[in-house]
Amino acid sequence: MAVETAPAKTTTGQKLHRIHVVVNGAAHDVDVEPRTLLVHFLRENLGMTGTHIGCDTTSCGACTVLLNGRAVKSCTLFAVQVDQASIATVEGLEKDGKLHPIQEGFHQEHGLQCGFCTPGMMMTAVGFLATNPAPTELQIREAISGNLCRCTGYVNIVKSIDYAARKLREPAEGKAPDVR
Amino acid sequence: MSVEIGGIGSSVKRKEDARFIRGKGKYVDDVKLPGMLYLDIARSPYAHARIKSIDTSKALKIPGVAAVITGKDLVPLNLHWMPTLMSDKQMVLPTDTVLYQAQEVAAVVATERYIAADGVAAIEVEYEPLPVVVDPKKALEPGAPVLREDREQKNNHIWHWEVGDKAGTDKAFRDAEVVVKQDLYIPRIHVASIETCGIVASWDKVEGKLTVWMTTQAPHAIRTVIALVAGHLGLAEHKIRVISPDIGGGFGGKVPVYPGYVLAIGASVLTGAPVKWIEDRSENIQADSFARDYHISAELAAKKDGTMQALRVKTIADHGAFDAAANPSKYPAGLFHIITGSYPFQKSFVEVDGAYTNKPPGGIAYRCSFRVTEAAFTIERLVDVLALELKKDPAALRMQNFIKPEAFPYKSALGWEYDSGDYGRALKLAMDTIDYAGLRKEQATKRAKGELMGIGISSFTEIVGAGPSKQFDILGIKMFDSAEIRVHPTGKAMVRLGVKSQGQGHETTFAQIVAEELGLPVGDIAVEEGDTDTAPYGLGTYASRSTPVAGGATAIAARKIREKARLIAAHLLEANPDDVEWKDYKFQVKGVPAKTKTMQEVAFAAYTNHPQGMEAGLEAVDYYDPPNLTYPFGSYICVVDIDRGTGEVKIRRFVAVDDCGTIINPMIVEGQIHGGLTMGLAPALYEQITYDEQGNIQGGNFMDYLLPTAMETPNWETAKTTTPSPHHPIGAKGVGESATVGAPAAIANAVVDALAHLGVRHIDIPITPWKVQQILKANGAAE
Ligand code: FES
Ligand code: FES
Repeated sequence: MAVETAPAKTTTGQKLHRIHVVVNGAAHDVDVEPRTLLVHFLRENLGMTGTHIGCDTTSCGACTVLLNGRAVKSCTLFAVQVDQASIATVEGLEKDGKLHPIQEGFHQEHGLQCGFCTPGMMMTAVGFLATNPAPTELQIREAISGNLCRCTGYVNIVKSIDYAARKLREPAEGKAPDVR
Repeated sequence: MSVEIGGIGSSVKRKEDARFIRGKGKYVDDVKLPGMLYLDIARSPYAHARIKSIDTSKALKIPGVAAVITGKDLVPLNLHWMPTLMSDKQMVLPTDTVLYQAQEVAAVVATERYIAADGVAAIEVEYEPLPVVVDPKKALEPGAPVLREDREQKNNHIWHWEVGDKAGTDKAFRDAEVVVKQDLYIPRIHVASIETCGIVASWDKVEGKLTVWMTTQAPHAIRTVIALVAGHLGLAEHKIRVISPDIGGGFGGKVPVYPGYVLAIGASVLTGAPVKWIEDRSENIQADSFARDYHISAELAAKKDGTMQALRVKTIADHGAFDAAANPSKYPAGLFHIITGSYPFQKSFVEVDGAYTNKPPGGIAYRCSFRVTEAAFTIERLVDVLALELKKDPAALRMQNFIKPEAFPYKSALGWEYDSGDYGRALKLAMDTIDYAGLRKEQATKRAKGELMGIGISSFTEIVGAGPSKQFDILGIKMFDSAEIRVHPTGKAMVRLGVKSQGQGHETTFAQIVAEELGLPVGDIAVEEGDTDTAPYGLGTYASRSTPVAGGATAIAARKIREKARLIAAHLLEANPDDVEWKDYKFQVKGVPAKTKTMQEVAFAAYTNHPQGMEAGLEAVDYYDPPNLTYPFGSYICVVDIDRGTGEVKIRRFVAVDDCGTIINPMIVEGQIHGGLTMGLAPALYEQITYDEQGNIQGGNFMDYLLPTAMETPNWETAKTTTPSPHHPIGAKGVGESATVGAPAAIANAVVDALAHLGVRHIDIPITPWKVQQILKANGAAE
């Protein structure tokens, strides 16, 4: 699905740049100010508010999305930098009404409380599990060390990611994950 | 307990997860209204300065800037000051003096977020720096610069507060065989919930109605505050709607009223457009309510055999420029007088003096029920100092002194009545779980080899669930809480509460209470909070009060419904109501198991076939005034290893035994404990906000203010004992903050224990590698 957006006006006289970006499989051609951060582009221009903002120093990871499959902090990229790229956000995790194993893991293992860090945590985990499908606990902890959670104390987040890893490793037909 | 209905005691998976795991939560910054403007704030670079001039002309020329607001603009509206929750007042915007770095100086309203920031950058303010006072002890010295010129009292002393028997305590100290004394500084920290604070204010001029979406833990109280502060501008309480949508963590930081909220409301009234203000993380840490900052001097008197006798504590409380702590109004130092902890002191005396300094206001918020962490940390540290003095094992010394289980309800020397407890059982369980004896042996072996290993205990008693109306109010509003339950004809129920979840899982746990009381499946019960137009009035969620107070209201409202339902059931069963009992989640004619009616059948009848003379419908409201507070407790044991090269403290194991009375949802309780422990670890080893001599904040963003990540956080081990509260309708005590209260002392005690053979008695938190390394170097123990 291609979404065409009318050229936006900038009140500050900044030149607009047209970018072409695919978000969760849908193509968007949008005019943006060069200073627009990717996270604001997603939240404000595209109205996808699942990606959150928790800091101004690239520290918290609440804004994490996948850029061509790799986890990045969308508060630290300009939208113009993702021209021609493919972005995945939390809104794209569920497919055809079926939760992604990482979503299932967070629900089953009580990996979230206020939910504010959760989208970023899940996107970091999805990017990580693609590179390391059978991680140890310590590797999971390292992988999410750029994502802050103030509510959960991380123990259940680690379990949630482990749940997803096990589920993702199962053959396609799928059998129930071993419940510890 | 019935697992099928998901009642009390079952680990029901959370209902609220469905939207959060899909990115469909609705937080304040997700609210977008047509024509909405954005507000940004210019802040002071100085900690204390006279404002000579503010030039807004360049900002106003920027296309898209709709308005700039300064203190002078607020004077005619009488909005330049606002009351705090603690009988003080606070500047919304200054008219001539700023009192702390990052204080709000002017606001810009613009069509876009970035343009508002452009406007802020274009504001030119000329300041004349004034002498800065950052040390509260110096602030209280005669001749110190007076910071609050608006007060009649021309010094920086805010209040003196004391409790206990001074003469008796002094005598006990004079007569004591052993006295230990320890000074402790509990540093300033910040809750830093991952969502910062923010608001969307929308003023409808035609209807005269103000709607705000706001990051608040106490929406009803906020509505009343708005009506009181801005009533003269035509804002009436029945036309103010406060919506607290999904909240990304609160921990107390979202209780106070911040100037940004007031400015956004004012800007919406002024421009006629909806206005959004979302603070940055740096603004959040630099200007919002902090916690702790207590300078404590504590003494404990005991017999030579270790029997604790008396406690004497003197404290200076740094409140920053305004006393904006959200304390119950009778208690300016909060519930600090729970400081006698788990021990039966005969005599105690505590005094606290509040001081103004050139720092941001606040003084309470960090996941704790009003200064309980300061109290628990002090007593649990002091017990270890006594153990060292007497060369006694700290576990044995605690066991020897604990208030005995048969002594409950126990009246403490400082006036509290503890509801229930079994402290020895909790400590014994923690010791068995972690193999305390084995660890002590291992420690001795390691010490002989020069390795540094420490074991720390904290056997804390908490005080939560504020509170009984005879003692507790905020701004005069009594600290009850409320629940309204409606059972619909098809047997589905709606529960509305005066509290507000910020991640605690109320949509699940409060449904479980109703499920248990009414026999309806948890999935058939919807819980709604945070909208003042629909929810009953309540004081909100903080100080672990939701379960003790609103949980009581929910159980009692449900019981009112059940009582009416019993009459309807009797009518349906053609039985005498006295012969109908509630059994196995159904109504049954006594002794006739075949004659039953389910709550669903009764609910349908309540609307279709109710007894003549009875009101139709099946609903109830309860405003619950708790008869007492609740006293959760626990025993934590922490094992640390210290790197002699770097001074780094590594937590090897941490066992937390908590007793929070009846548990509604074990999964959620464990999650609360994990989170609380991590917020206890944080100030013990990492977090601290300091100021230089000029009042410049050190640690005002996430680069410098170190929240524990998954790497620093250990794999918490939890266990429980269950001692129900005798006065609570379901025996629950509350748990959200216990671990934050109990953990810091266990960690600090473990580090001191590892270094005790070097003569170390105390290290102020946060115990950074640098501090440890200095000690190791000074003692020739560094590698
Ligand atoms: S918002 Fe991007 S790292 Fe914090
Ligand atoms: S669940 Fe609240 S910050 Fe992680």
